[in-house]
Amino acid sequence: MLDAGPQPLVQVSDLKMYFPIHTGLLRKHTGDVKAVDGVSFSINQGETLGLVGESGCGKSTVGRALLRLYEPTAGKVVIDGQDVASLTPEALRQKRPTMQMVFQDPQASLNPRMTVADIIGEPLLEHANLDEQGRLRRIYELMDQVGLNRSFANRYPYAFSGGQRQRIGIARALALNPKFIVCDEPIAALDVSIQAQVVNLLEDLQTRLGLTYLFISHDLSMVRHIADRVAVMYLGRIAELSPRDALYARPLHPYAEALLSAVNEPDPNRARRQRIILKGDVPSPANPPKGCNFCTRCPKVFDLCRTIKPDLIQAEPGRFVACHLYSNTNAGPTGTQAPISDNQQGVSQ
Amino acid sequence: MADLAAPVLDVRGLKTVFHTRAGEVHAVNSVSFSLRPGEVLGVVGESGSGKSVTMMSLLGLLPSPPADVRGGQVLLGGRDLLKISPKELQSVRGAKVGFVFQDPMTSLNPVFSVGNQIMEPLRKHMGMTKAQAADRAVELLELVGIPDARRRLKSYPHQFSGGMRQRVMIAIALACDPDVLIADEPTTALDVTIQAQILELVKDLRQKLGMAIIWITHDLGVIAAIADRVMVMYGGQVAEHAPVKELFARPQHPYTRALLRTIPSISGERAARLQVIEGQPPILTAEPASCPFRARCIHSLDRCAQENPARHAVDGKPLGTGHDVACFWSPELMTEGEDA
Repeated sequence: MLDAGPQPLVQVSDLKMYFPIHTGLLRKHTGDVKAVDGVSFSINQGETLGLVGESGCGKSTVGRALLRLYEPTAGKVVIDGQDVASLTPEALRQKRPTMQMVFQDPQASLNPRMTVADIIGEPLLEHANLDEQGRLRRIYELMDQVGLNRSFANRYPYAFSGGQRQRIGIARALALNPKFIVCDEPIAALDVSIQAQVVNLLEDLQTRLGLTYLFISHDLSMVRHIADRVAVMYLGRIAELSPRDALYARPLHPYAEALLSAVNEPDPNRARRQRIILKGDVPSPANPPKGCNFCTRCPKVFDLCRTIKPDLIQAEPGRFVACHLYSNTNAGPTGTQAPISDNQQGVSQ
Repeated sequence: MADLAAPVLDVRGLKTVFHTRAGEVHAVNSVSFSLRPGEVLGVVGESGSGKSVTMMSLLGLLPSPPADVRGGQVLLGGRDLLKISPKELQSVRGAKVGFVFQDPMTSLNPVFSVGNQIMEPLRKHMGMTKAQAADRAVELLELVGIPDARRRLKSYPHQFSGGMRQRVMIAIALACDPDVLIADEPTTALDVTIQAQILELVKDLRQKLGMAIIWITHDLGVIAAIADRVMVMYGGQVAEHAPVKELFARPQHPYTRALLRTIPSISGERAARLQVIEGQPPILTAEPASCPFRARCIHSLDRCAQENPARHAVDGKPLGTGHDVACFWSPELMTEGEDA
């Protein structure tokens, strides 16, 4: 990274995405699933931000809300200078080419009745003003870029393996020269030996085209490989956001620590870090615990955690943690003097 | 190492073929392995490598047609499971061998309570009364760490989380004190923190109950955490077999070596670029006459195209007890400066 300070391309502030729960005969609105509950981060130009967490923590919802595939409940999502969350439908349509998505399941996200050329070329029909010749030229160019043989252009998705299908999905995402791509578990459905091929491709494309990625994954080893900074989510909120090396060397948030310790090092001959086994399951996002959302499973929990939600604060240069252990107000594990930093996240229930 | 103990399960030359519209698919080719009491055998491989089909063939769990278990022996307690009647086989499943499947949601029946499903094998195989079975079911749920077990007997699968459901599956598999537990990717559908809980549980149970476990996975991290011995499968056959530490320290087969290099580490050196295995896994339309990994192998020799290498020991121990590999190449053939 440059000293001059790279410009953030994506700036998310206090993003909330609630899904309403309707119950009873009259489908009354009785509550919300708080899938994303006040998430803020930024991604610099050319950077890869890894977004990790367990299933149901809201990481995919963040990705979708960012591109406004969902209508966010609240918050701002500024991408390349425009707040995507508040754009009018037409302005949003014009904005779409700058932001694209690569989906998890290449089987489900490709239309089985369209040829590869049609799939890759569809965004061009919608957004680019190209004649048939130009379009075909662009399709071939994209196929070259992702390492697909041009002669396969008229085949259908079923004829391809998982890794190749993911390449088709990537080519489609690249078609309109986006600046920002959300990669939502792009390798989760692939075999180990194929995962590396796709990750290397994503890295090559980033270098060549100056892309900015949000890389959503539950594979912590792969995120360590690809991401510059990593955000760890738990139950709709960011627990820790740190530069990659710092996080993996010394996680600050107790959840990040437990999560990293749970990953099995693929080598029995190497000394491993002390494993922290979390008790119980993740609470329901429809009914999150009072106070810190990790307080029901946290091995370091103390009284304050059960009453007040910790804010995401800068604990060390460049490292952000939402945990009372790191509150700059000096309430240590023994502290009973509750520091009320009165703000929207503290007491918004 | 329990080198001297007689194996509880001994599989020899197992062959399974599927009949499909596109012709035959040779999913499992001459797979042999044995399992001794109290040990954990890890089975690794990519999708389509034949690891699940092998285990399902053992217990006659594959629908036939299309599957056709064409040859080999599966010796469990002196009996060949491939020769006994379906009725006898049914008494083996559940009673002697427990099976835990990958997806705990689809393998539990949603319309029966959890208690009912745990009690079923107890009443069927052990001839218990309803009350006895209920008591044993409570015991089992407590064993796998489900709190408030007696009340939970009446719960239905949808009322449990993924990790809890997998615990229930394990409880069912353990119900009749099996000699062998076969776990087919039991933690793949689970999150890492839940996976860590299940791995701890299984290690603990093995200590308490002393059963032998076959653990199928594609995750080498899980293998490193739980297995005593490892069998690496590729293209329907055993590529390499070794004690776990030996396999990670001195992998012999080019496939194992490549596989170990493709996965990024969580704590070790961070590579600038991931190593890849080029190409795709083979489609086995015929019994392989050459090495199935040949097309993707960076070390392939002329001989690899002419015959399918047989397993041979690399440490002088009898096949299936020490380190063996099915490959004509060996790391000693590596020339200076070649890719490690």
